[in-house]
Amino acid sequence: MSEALPDRDARPDLIRALREGALAALIAFALFLPLIGFSTVQNMRNEIVLEARWQLLFTLVAVIAGIRFLSTLLLAPWAERRAAAAALTKREVPPNGVAQVWRAMAARWFAPLALGFVIVYPPLVLGLNGFQGAAKWIDNFGIQILIYVMLGWGLNIVVGLAGLLDLGYVAFYAVGAYSYALLAQNFGLSFWLLLPVSGILAAFWGIMLGFPVLRLRGDYLAIVTLAFGEIIRLVLINWVPVTGGYAGISSIPRPTFFGIPFNASDEGFAATFGLPFTPIYRTIFLYYVILALALLTAAVTVRLRRMPIGRAWEALREDEIACRSLGINTTTTKLTAFAIGAAFGGFAGAFFAARQGFISPESFTFMESAVIVAMVVLGGMGSQIGVAIAAVLMIGGTEIMRELDVLKAVFGPDFDPTQYRMLIFGAAMVAITVWRPRGLISTRQPSAFLAERKAISGTLVREGHG
Amino acid sequence: MTRPLLRVEHLTMRFGGLVAINNVSFTAQHGEITALIGPNGAGKTTVFNCITGFYKPTEGRLALQSGDQALWDDLDTLTAGGAKSLRRADGGLFLLERMRDFEVSRDARVARTFQNVRLFQGMTVLENLLVAQHRALMAASGFTILGAIGWAPYRKAEHASIERARLWLDRIGLIDRADDPAGTLPYGAQRRLEVARAMCTEPMLLCLDEPAAGLNHRESAALNDLLMLIRDQDKTSILLIEHDMSVVMEISDHVVVLDYGEKIADGKPAEIRSDQKVIAAYLGVEDEEVDKVAAEVGL
Ligand SMILES: Nc1ncnc2c1ncn2[C@@H]1O[C@H](COP(=O)(O)OP(=O)(O)OP(=O)(O)O)[C@@H](O)[C@H]1O
Ligand SMILES: [Mg+2]
Repeated sequence: MSEALPDRDARPDLIRALREGALAALIAFALFLPLIGFSTVQNMRNEIVLEARWQLLFTLVAVIAGIRFLSTLLLAPWAERRAAAAALTKREVPPNGVAQVWRAMAARWFAPLALGFVIVYPPLVLGLNGFQGAAKWIDNFGIQILIYVMLGWGLNIVVGLAGLLDLGYVAFYAVGAYSYALLAQNFGLSFWLLLPVSGILAAFWGIMLGFPVLRLRGDYLAIVTLAFGEIIRLVLINWVPVTGGYAGISSIPRPTFFGIPFNASDEGFAATFGLPFTPIYRTIFLYYVILALALLTAAVTVRLRRMPIGRAWEALREDEIACRSLGINTTTTKLTAFAIGAAFGGFAGAFFAARQGFISPESFTFMESAVIVAMVVLGGMGSQIGVAIAAVLMIGGTEIMRELDVLKAVFGPDFDPTQYRMLIFGAAMVAITVWRPRGLISTRQPSAFLAERKAISGTLVREGHG
Repeated sequence: MTRPLLRVEHLTMRFGGLVAINNVSFTAQHGEITALIGPNGAGKTTVFNCITGFYKPTEGRLALQSGDQALWDDLDTLTAGGAKSLRRADGGLFLLERMRDFEVSRDARVARTFQNVRLFQGMTVLENLLVAQHRALMAASGFTILGAIGWAPYRKAEHASIERARLWLDRIGLIDRADDPAGTLPYGAQRRLEVARAMCTEPMLLCLDEPAAGLNHRESAALNDLLMLIRDQDKTSILLIEHDMSVVMEISDHVVVLDYGEKIADGKPAEIRSDQKVIAAYLGVEDEEVDKVAAEVGL
């Protein structure tokens, strides 16, 4: 900065930042006044009354104004300077700079390290927290996240590889869950038998939906799949004799350790292995089951990508007309993507029912589909690691928020952070579309190579059109 | 002796009130390069779209034969019978107007390129050529199931497909770019790659929609050599839409001229060159005025 003009640069910046901050406060106030400023509560006489929540509202507005103020004052000039500096030193960075070596290392080692971590995770938290504290970490974080990782990877086949926007993926999750619940309860079949059965039934419904729907493209496909998800949910709600309607299905048989139940009886798992009884064994067992299922999804996807069918999916996403000119039956190709994606959704659903012991249509709302699609989009379409990271951030983040008592101190004792989940998802989506429009990991790995495997920039890869 | 490969008979294509092709008939011979020429909007691409199954012709018959020439005798029986094709071990007789687009490519072995290049931009050059071998690889992989568990014959088939791709990359001079995304190639290379991709489907008939458009002189000459190589070495016949008359005159064995959806001439390149109707169509004048206008522009 020049010495001769000391405040010509600083002053207008400060004023501009104040103005921007005030503007942000105004917009936030107008937006949040009805949304957050008032809440409806029931009083003693069962009347609904409006309750003003000024403290919460003003803290939020202040926080937003503060962020805007600081970012205009500090962040914007910093970014400008950096851009200017980058423009000056452009192309002077050696092709094998430190950052690049580091990035290559990260790309090489991230997946094996992450895999190692998830394998040792249960003993690790057991060691750190003891039997009492560990259940929460293995169940709420471990199992919960892995279910979504698996769902994300399953949907990734349909959306990320084949480029078909499916907004009703949760329907297949529901089919899997109800298949397991009903067949296990009414026929007493085992979890290990019903797992593939649920997957096959979900795939069957995938094909049933696919036949009429896959002629549609783009937005139309998205809308019809969305409707399909809702139809399945409404059927579950209204077909009371079979599904129990809103009440759902409870006391679903739990999975056994290859025939040995996880209970306190003499034939139970703990007694058989001479251990003191605690429910944590089942949790750990379930953790490894869903881990194995998720890894199966990943392995199958990796394998299929190198098969002609996988290449045809990606080619379909790139250019459907060209595919047909090369003799590829696009209808069956789309159907297989739909069916295989649905099958993994069905597996996950069966696991969900077995873990939960209780299911109801509540668990299969459009919101779930939206969250899974968001994971695929945020992670980077087609990238397995990206989708897994997005699942950890989104689901893990939600769970972490429950744990954060700090937020209560700031926003008042009634503050329930999980209610802001969607707001935060939305903000994350906006941030991603601004900074990384192709998702966290946007490069595509080619499925075959002659001399050298080079990652392909996401800007070249199409997103599909239905 | 003539050996017809493709017979286009009384082809008519209407889009609502617009008659894009009106009662056009011509024949493409085995082992020849047949050029389809005509002014802009004459209906050339529409003929291609009908042949390759992308459009259903309003009227007409499109018959393709491979293998035994004697199959042509069964054409009328096949047409009356309502089936799509008559298969033999070494080929068959196909009624293209009854087949869907991917069947025309997969079963009748007609490959095509597009007027505006349609590559899989986000896939590598090699992957583009592998996708083209879908039919062979799909069968070899036991419809994915055997391939996914690492079945040896599939691995062999995959190896062979990569070798085929390598051969074509050598021919089109792109072997060094094999692992780069197709979208990063220069335009001329993209056009060559599209031809190679079509050839990787092992077609009987290769339909090229203006392959030389946008190429410089040197690239255009290289393309001519490539097309003649395809005709002479791969024994693949070619149907070629082309605006560049020097290309047409140099490499084609037979020329069909369309204007406003009608066939106005059909013959050897030398005959076409001096045809009054063709010159009139290209100059955009009435037949009677051709001599006058030609003199003015110094033809
Ligand atoms: N799908 C369609 N719907 C309506 N009209 C069409 C369609 N396809 C082609 N046409 C019309 O048919 C006529 C012939 O078009 P075509 O593309 O076959 O011409 P062309 O000979 O390939 O021309 P060019 O040299 O410009 O490529 C044009 O008038 C065009 O507008
Ligand atoms: Mg055209």
